[in-house]
Amino acid sequence: MPSRPGMWAIRGPLSRNQYWLFAALGLLAPLALWWLVSSSALVDKVFLPGPVDVFNRLVTWYMDDDLTSDIGISVYRVTAGFALSAIIALPLGLMIGTFRPVQAMLEPLTDFIRYMPAVAFIPLVMLWVGIEESSKISIIFIGTFFQMVLMMAEDVRRVPLAQIEAAQTMGATRGESVRLVIFQSAKPALLDTLRVTMGWAWTYLVVAELVAANSGLGYSILKAQRFLQTDKIFVGILLIGLIGLVMDQLFRLAHRKAFPWLHLRS
Amino acid sequence: MPKISIQHVGKVFGEGSHRVEALKDVSLDIADNEFVTFVGASGCGKSTLLRIIGGLEYHTSGEVLANGQPVAGPGADRAMVFQHYSLYPWLKVMENIKFSRRLKHGREDITSAEVEAASGRADALLSLMGLNAAANAYPNQLSGGMQQRVAIARALMGRPEILLMDEPFGALDAQTREVMHDLILHVHKLEKPTLAFVTHDVEEAIYLADRVVLMAPRPGRIDTIYEVPLPAEREQDMKHTPEFLRLKKEILARIRETSGMKTDQGMLDQLNMEAAS
Repeated sequence: MPSRPGMWAIRGPLSRNQYWLFAALGLLAPLALWWLVSSSALVDKVFLPGPVDVFNRLVTWYMDDDLTSDIGISVYRVTAGFALSAIIALPLGLMIGTFRPVQAMLEPLTDFIRYMPAVAFIPLVMLWVGIEESSKISIIFIGTFFQMVLMMAEDVRRVPLAQIEAAQTMGATRGESVRLVIFQSAKPALLDTLRVTMGWAWTYLVVAELVAANSGLGYSILKAQRFLQTDKIFVGILLIGLIGLVMDQLFRLAHRKAFPWLHLRS
Repeated sequence: MPKISIQHVGKVFGEGSHRVEALKDVSLDIADNEFVTFVGASGCGKSTLLRIIGGLEYHTSGEVLANGQPVAGPGADRAMVFQHYSLYPWLKVMENIKFSRRLKHGREDITSAEVEAASGRADALLSLMGLNAAANAYPNQLSGGMQQRVAIARALMGRPEILLMDEPFGALDAQTREVMHDLILHVHKLEKPTLAFVTHDVEEAIYLADRVVLMAPRPGRIDTIYEVPLPAEREQDMKHTPEFLRLKKEILARIRETSGMKTDQGMLDQLNMEAAS
């Protein structure tokens, strides 16, 4: 009797239950290891607080130190900087990916700027934009915008030529080809680009909150460092990771809802 | 007046040392409602010629007339069917077929009677292509053969007088291809478009065409034009008749002669001799 290949066969099958088992293992094992190491006498609590300490800190932060508004302001900064990037990057990416002169004019320039470190722009941003809310949003914008433009241009370039040419031989004008074919065809890839760059926007949060902030998750992490509150640093990092994960999942959900044809075959 | 008139057309790609002469002095008239197929070794420029007629590529010398008008770009009078990747995966089958209705071109001077007629035409094309059951499916739920049926129906929607097909069945398996052959002949009889069809399958070229145009590479040019000695009404059995097989053999031999394979064979012989000595 032929036997079903085992899960350790190359690219072998994995049932749903087995999947969840391994996923849980992957999440719980580090947690257990963390708990084990921190509860042993090997390391000082200042270097490595245990899961319980971190949880307690989360509770006091929430009860006494207004965690909700820290999260709120950080989410606002990231979302605003990210949205600003997206609004400008989308039409630019569409133009770069569609018209060669625009590509020649903007792509090398963007490629150049994207290698400049966003952190190094902080003094300039303070000088030009000031130290208000807009400065934090600017840093997140600088960190995401240039990558986003290039990725979106690439998404647009990947639209199959045959789709565009078919429209042209049906009498489509240039504007109609862009609007009804190129943009529609690139939409799923563009949403994926937004999802990926949203993650990058979060990584710039701590940098952004270096600038004269007095609230926010990134700011709290930086302040906790000064007071050696290692457990608070842990809470901050884990929360940023968690919020990022939730946003990522929301983007994936939106992708499934908006583009059902891509998710038809299981 | 010929439906398509190709007069001394040349096409050069690139400049300087990258200069490639894709087509040289190509002249051909295609009559109204004629079915012409193009075959030839790779690099003979048959697809380039088709794309020039479609206005998707520009020629560097000579002139192409469609309906007596010089071709200056793509237009709805010359619909094109591609080998693949031309359907819109975000639109259902019926929406793909009706795509041209979204374009300004397809909505000009429209009366309610015309809207109704268009809707009826889409339904008729759906039936003609045997796609009734698939009207609400997305293209990626269909087999390759079904997808090409949708592409053909979509191209026919705007009643193009000229239908250009660039290896439309090249990615299909042999059985599906035979079904598609009879379908496209049926379409040709019913809708009466002038058909220019590029293929690398000689049997397909003969079975479908009134005339088979054999092109040769380096530079791309018309080598021989064969009249197909078969009755207008084609049947699959005709593929086994002596005249069909004779023509197929003749065309295959000529493609081999013009492909430059012989020089490769000559080089191989030379290498063997050098190795032996």
